[in-house]
Amino acid sequence: MTQIRTKGDRAFSITAGLFFFLFMLICTIPFYYLVIVSISDAAEVQRGNVVWRPVGFTLDYYRQILTRPGIANAFFISTARTVVGTLFTVFFSAMFAYTMTQYKMKFRKFMYRMTVGTMYVSAGLIPWFLVMRAYNLNNSFWLYVLPGAISAWNVILIKTYMESIPPSMEESALIDGAGYFKIFYRIMMPLSIPILATVAIFSAVGQWNSWQDNFFLVSDPALKTIQLFLMEILLEAEALAVMMRTGLGTAEFARARVMTSFTVQVTMAVIVVIPIMMVYPFMQRYFVKGIMIGAVKG
Amino acid sequence: MLKRKEGWRLPRFFSLYVMSGICFIAIILFNYVPLAGWSIAFFRYRPGLSFAQMEFVGFFYFLQVFRLPTVWNALRNTLVMAGLGLATSWLPMVFAILLNEIRSTKYKRFIQTTTTLPNFISWVLVYAIFFAMFASRDGMVNNVLRSLGLPIVNPLANRGPGQWVFQWFVGTWKGLGWSMIIYLASIAGIDQEQYEAASIDGAGRFAKMRYITLPNLAITYFTLLIISIGWILASGFDQYFMFSNPMTRERLMVLDLFIYEQGIVRHNFAFATAVGMIRTVIGLTLLTGANLFSKKIRGTSIF
Repeated sequence: MTQIRTKGDRAFSITAGLFFFLFMLICTIPFYYLVIVSISDAAEVQRGNVVWRPVGFTLDYYRQILTRPGIANAFFISTARTVVGTLFTVFFSAMFAYTMTQYKMKFRKFMYRMTVGTMYVSAGLIPWFLVMRAYNLNNSFWLYVLPGAISAWNVILIKTYMESIPPSMEESALIDGAGYFKIFYRIMMPLSIPILATVAIFSAVGQWNSWQDNFFLVSDPALKTIQLFLMEILLEAEALAVMMRTGLGTAEFARARVMTSFTVQVTMAVIVVIPIMMVYPFMQRYFVKGIMIGAVKG
Repeated sequence: MLKRKEGWRLPRFFSLYVMSGICFIAIILFNYVPLAGWSIAFFRYRPGLSFAQMEFVGFFYFLQVFRLPTVWNALRNTLVMAGLGLATSWLPMVFAILLNEIRSTKYKRFIQTTTTLPNFISWVLVYAIFFAMFASRDGMVNNVLRSLGLPIVNPLANRGPGQWVFQWFVGTWKGLGWSMIIYLASIAGIDQEQYEAASIDGAGRFAKMRYITLPNLAITYFTLLIISIGWILASGFDQYFMFSNPMTRERLMVLDLFIYEQGIVRHNFAFATAVGMIRTVIGLTLLTGANLFSKKIRGTSIF
């Protein structure tokens, strides 16, 4: 597009550019601050010297955090639920979506409507909580994986994509005598990889970030997720701060604990955010695809 | 070949039924069985007993909902937060229109990437971040304020109405960049000929924004608005749970947090379920109402 650029136009562009630069800073500076606090000396942080750059470089807080009992296990559980949960979600959502593209199948419409219906009515926390307990899923790893395996949103997303694949691919396989499962697994899944990658990315991020199921229903420390681990560290320090204000325990002791806690908390937050940061660049290209198909259908 | 198939094979579509059946059972188990769990709101619920053994109390808990002053407090907080959200629901659209005016694709992408990041972290982390920014002793914002000789701020412990605005800011910080994306995608889908025609007619930049981009985004905006009206009472649990403390509790006790406290903390299961049911039914009514209204007024609807 060619355009005559006036002075006002130019000023507008610059203003808009600066405006978004500011927006960008507001979104990213907190992450930067977390990192510099985590590698600075806590005493310097406490004196208010750490604002723009690390002071008194140390990795000691990482050592402190990573040697805490239970953290390795929490990391393992979060990773396991991310991997297993994502595989389950992708496989079962894709399989269900595939069957929903088979118009000749009886009850297809009924099942599809019921699935879409789950987007509008949800039972809410308490019935969900009681039913999961009735299924004996409390204190079970499967609680992290099974309930979210099939969501209406993902099914719609994948179904829409599969419908855009030329039916000739499927028909020729059918004539060759392949069963439906084989067609799904060997033909439709590989052809749907772009959308399955989108679903996988969103599912993986959701799994990594998830903590409510753990918080509500899993008290077994062996199944604690990294998010809950972080939450407990955050709230533990808050309890200490309250303790200090109310004068329980010697003030000196409480101050010492709270002082290090801030750095420890921040360091823990950095550890939890690192995996997200690592996959984030790869997620970019899937954003718009996911959100657009969803928008058209939703 | 076709003949052999007819001879001994399982009924037509058998494998399809197995494949869809497994998944459909999961949907029933994890979505519709809990819905049937709504029935506990009509009983004096005791865990481990069957419905036959529990006392049927009819609408007792529903009536209790309206009598409890704490419910009204929770409703007020929920509505205030939803109101702030609705009042600023145009922000992502305007931000997207402005961002689209920047010529450099690289810069645009850079802004998009960085401002979307907060959407992908958990609420636990969001709390950690705001704690790191605003903690009264070591928070970055307060460090800066102190070094400038200004009084420090402590929004994390603000008892006043400012707490709502702070929570709105937190939510916007997390979601604005992400919400922009859908509008940016819609802008990318606008027919370029419209702009070219307008250019020939002598339309300037602002005229094009006002008369082409904005009307083209209206459908997206109103669709999202209708959906968010349906979600008015569902403010979510995580944010308010993470940010609530003895100081902010009264302002942050939204319905979702209230349901959690009544049900899971106090084991008042039937009552909490009744609150949840009322919430869902009102939400559905609002959604349908907003949709009908939009159909009448604008001629577009989402279902």
